Amino acid sequence: MRLGGRHDGREVRVRFDGRRLRAREGEPLAATLIANRIRVVGRSFKYHRPRGIFTAGSEEPNALVTVGTGAARVPNVRATVQEVYDGLEATSQNAWPSVQRDLLAVNDLLWPMLGAGFYYKTFMWPRAFWEKVYEPAIRRAAGLGALSGEVDGEVCEKAFAFCDLLVIGAGPAGLMAARVAARAGARVILADEDRDMGGRCLSETWEIGGLPGHLWAAGVVDELAAMSNVTLMPRTTVTGAYDQGTYGALERVALHRPAAPDLPRECFWRIVARRAILCAGALERPVAFPGNDRPGVMTASAVRSYVTRWGVAPGRAVTLFTATDDGWRTARDLAAAGVRIAGVADARFDAPESGDFPVWRGGRVTGTAGRTGLTSIEIVHEGGTLRQRTDCLAVSGGWNPSVHLTCHMGARPVWAPEALCFVPAEGGVPGLSVAGAARGVFSTRGCLEDGAARAREALEALGLACGAVEVPGAEDDPCRVAPLWHVPGKGRAWLDLQNDVTVKDIALAARENFRSVEHMKRYTTQGMAPDQGKTSNVAALAVLAELTGRTIPETGTTTFRPPFVPVSIAAMGAGGEGRGFAPERLAPSHEAAEARGAPMIEAGLWYRPSHFPAPGETGWQEACDREVRMVRQAVGVTDVSTLGKIEVSGPDAGAFLDHVYTGTFSTLKPGRVRYGLMLREDGFVMDDGTAACLGPGRYLITTTTAAAGQVMRHLDYVAQVLRPDLDVVSASVTEHWAQFAVAGPTARTLLGALLDGPPELAFMGTAEVSVAGVAGRLFRISFSGEEGYEIAVPARFGDALWRQLVALAEGLGGGPYGIEALNVLRIEKGFLTHAEIDGRATAQDLGMEGMLSGAKDFVGRAAAQRPGLTDPERPRLVGLRPVIAGEPLVAGAYLFDVGEVPKRETALGHVSSACHSATLGMALGLGFLRNGAERLGERVIAVDHMRHVMTLCDVTRPCAYDPGGGRMRG
Amino acid sequence: MRLSCPHCGERDRREFTYKGACLTPPGGDWGAAWDAYLHLRENPAGETRDLWYHEPCGTWAAVTRDTVSHAVAGSVAARDAR
Repeated sequence: MRLGGRHDGREVRVRFDGRRLRAREGEPLAATLIANRIRVVGRSFKYHRPRGIFTAGSEEPNALVTVGTGAARVPNVRATVQEVYDGLEATSQNAWPSVQRDLLAVNDLLWPMLGAGFYYKTFMWPRAFWEKVYEPAIRRAAGLGALSGEVDGEVCEKAFAFCDLLVIGAGPAGLMAARVAARAGARVILADEDRDMGGRCLSETWEIGGLPGHLWAAGVVDELAAMSNVTLMPRTTVTGAYDQGTYGALERVALHRPAAPDLPRECFWRIVARRAILCAGALERPVAFPGNDRPGVMTASAVRSYVTRWGVAPGRAVTLFTATDDGWRTARDLAAAGVRIAGVADARFDAPESGDFPVWRGGRVTGTAGRTGLTSIEIVHEGGTLRQRTDCLAVSGGWNPSVHLTCHMGARPVWAPEALCFVPAEGGVPGLSVAGAARGVFSTRGCLEDGAARAREALEALGLACGAVEVPGAEDDPCRVAPLWHVPGKGRAWLDLQNDVTVKDIALAARENFRSVEHMKRYTTQGMAPDQGKTSNVAALAVLAELTGRTIPETGTTTFRPPFVPVSIAAMGAGGEGRGFAPERLAPSHEAAEARGAPMIEAGLWYRPSHFPAPGETGWQEACDREVRMVRQAVGVTDVSTLGKIEVSGPDAGAFLDHVYTGTFSTLKPGRVRYGLMLREDGFVMDDGTAACLGPGRYLITTTTAAAGQVMRHLDYVAQVLRPDLDVVSASVTEHWAQFAVAGPTARTLLGALLDGPPELAFMGTAEVSVAGVAGRLFRISFSGEEGYEIAVPARFGDALWRQLVALAEGLGGGPYGIEALNVLRIEKGFLTHAEIDGRATAQDLGMEGMLSGAKDFVGRAAAQRPGLTDPERPRLVGLRPVIAGEPLVAGAYLFDVGEVPKRETALGHVSSACHSATLGMALGLGFLRNGAERLGERVIAVDHMRHVMTLCDVTRPCAYDPGGGRMRG
Repeated sequence: MRLSCPHCGERDRREFTYKGACLTPPGGDWGAAWDAYLHLRENPAGETRDLWYHEPCGTWAAVTRDTVSHAVAGSVAARDAR
């Protein structure tokens, strides 16, 4: 039945369970269902009892529906929050074959068996059945809506916002606070979870400043919207309070309209606020009485919201069950709107009188009837017992302030004995104050004054001047409430409607000695559903207090944690799907390498070509072997731009590098390059690389690809923390330069063609060069063991130079090579990567103790001296090759003495790198072996229990190819 | 969580990399002082001072904060911290 109502939306068509319904655009789906007399909206979690709409807000425990179809369908949407648009499709949940006739309603007949903890008691035996039989069956029977299981193409967003003052909630207190702060010039964000701002003003008939409340609210919102220092965030629920004034907030961006490709569905905000005021209001609490879960039983404030704001009547003959003065508003407002009030049961014996409808003083509802919706109730009152026909019962048990956010950093709310509710503790969240009903101030005038006062305090803290504030007049009635949590009687009285927890379940928990409120919660699951017990927590602990003979403050509350409302993972992780998961760093040759069909391998955030397939090749190994032979016999080029490049400069740059590296660099002449080892402060090797002296006080150092960030941090640490006396600066120039290695017997010929004359550069030398007029730099260094150069040009010329180098190489019988070949070439030479420098290796382990200078101090020098790190028995780097050619060798295998049982206790080390050496025609490895230096020429067994590989190996020096280095030095 | 960089002001925690307690290395050869510097840590309930690297500007900051309340009292450049 449609009344007038304040909401004005055009008529649209929606579907619910396939039924076409008329709706008003923008109203909650719950209002549409009420208008169309649809009472059963879902089935309950455990007993599959018919359930209807219970509230008019985000606290709704019953009316959960699935919105949409196909991959993008969203389950467990509260019908009280979902706004209606043309073409909206929603379906009911947890029912089969239909919500009207649900076969699993048989559970409801078994209710005496299905009390709290019944799973644990009943399904204990046989043990193995739990996982395979019982749990899957229970999960199917009990539950909520389901995801589609398909990839949902719709996207969410995340965003950040900053402000002086965040006002959470736009009721009378919030609007007042925002207006005072905004007029004083503060940058204000006002967030409210509703589509319209105004809070209870939108649903109540009282006046503010002589205007109907909703019109006063609209006026304030208009004023705020016109101010450049104010951001209004409707449809935005602040979900959590975090450290340093950070708040999480969920904005429903496009959930209230047909899907649009240019709009995210939701946006998860991180709002950083210097100050915040919580004006989240309060949630009306119901009373538990037998049969109180039938469709048609609703909170009293929800009933008048539907009538006054949305213009739909939840019943034809409405009764009221109240313990508060506030509940009477429902009777008065409904009567004024022309809805018949069948009577008021007021639990108080001093309840007011009414000439318009019967009032049952001392009245309590002790039972209900109606299979799929309320048809009558039983009332016990001071005059006796009666049965009253009614199709809607509005229940008012008082108000619970929305203290949730004030508890997110560990504070507990405090019981207010006068107001009979929990109020926020002072200072629970630094920088957050609370105004209005959220701290137990329930009159409208009180809320307005409170909002203004908190805003004044916030402005003072922000250092902003506040002018005179005029608080408009409004009702200032005391909110009288009698304590009434549950009505004893035959049958079940629900506390937690969403998780099907009754007063009897709480009693069972108390009887079985789960007396702590935290234990009761976990035993009964009260408050653990998606609604987190918003309508049931306080009543449940009040019942527990009563049953265990304690007071409510003695019993205490459970912990409120973020988020305040369910937040989809898609919103919280927005932007993190697919390519958004991590940035992609692409080398200058990337496009050219992909054009040649090179598969890419991730190296940190970088993508590097594995190999460059040639026609007719069957796999990576064949390509890799060809590329290795190509470098050894002709020339190869590869992109080494991914290596970290850091420029170190300043008068003390040499002394600085002396302190960073184990070797001496201050003696390095301009135009020369030296290999260096860096230790951590604890004496283990951090990284290796080269440092080139570009001129006096100017060096360019390289790091391994993966360690570039760590080394940059380390250099700044040494410069700023360990040696602030040195005048030096470091700057990462990795992205600025494209750098390519050119290696092989004809590398010099290739460069001769590129540079108009062969380079005259000695091994470990560097010089500036001109590449087709572009200033670049040439280094003569080698990671392959062949005569090798690295040529660097500004990154924007990288692609062009790469293509030219490849063409020149191919003219000489060579070509590009990937990191598989690069790895084989270095293993053949015994060169190191982070497979060896794995954070556990010392310089001695790597056979580089000679690089630890005794003439100076350097980072890690002292710690490298400790006995555990200089123990000669430590595993040391060796080369490994199978005794029988053709046998495989795998990295990760453990090393054992021949004849020893291969187990953890007898392991002597491990294989760190292994490859098939195309040059030598056999498997080749590097590894760490106990006493390795003394065991050259002996044999060990490499065992990989995971891959079932066992190989008898000769122990060799790490360098298996050209040990004299003649090819490299030229 | 937000931390203050002595150079840039208050910034989101994601911009920082944590190192550990702000201590002075002992210098000299290996000994008990080095052992304590590398391995022995206070675990205070209350005020603590530790080193954070502010990646965007490359500043090492000594941040004073409270491990109980999570309050951040402020920070100074590590080069001025000792």
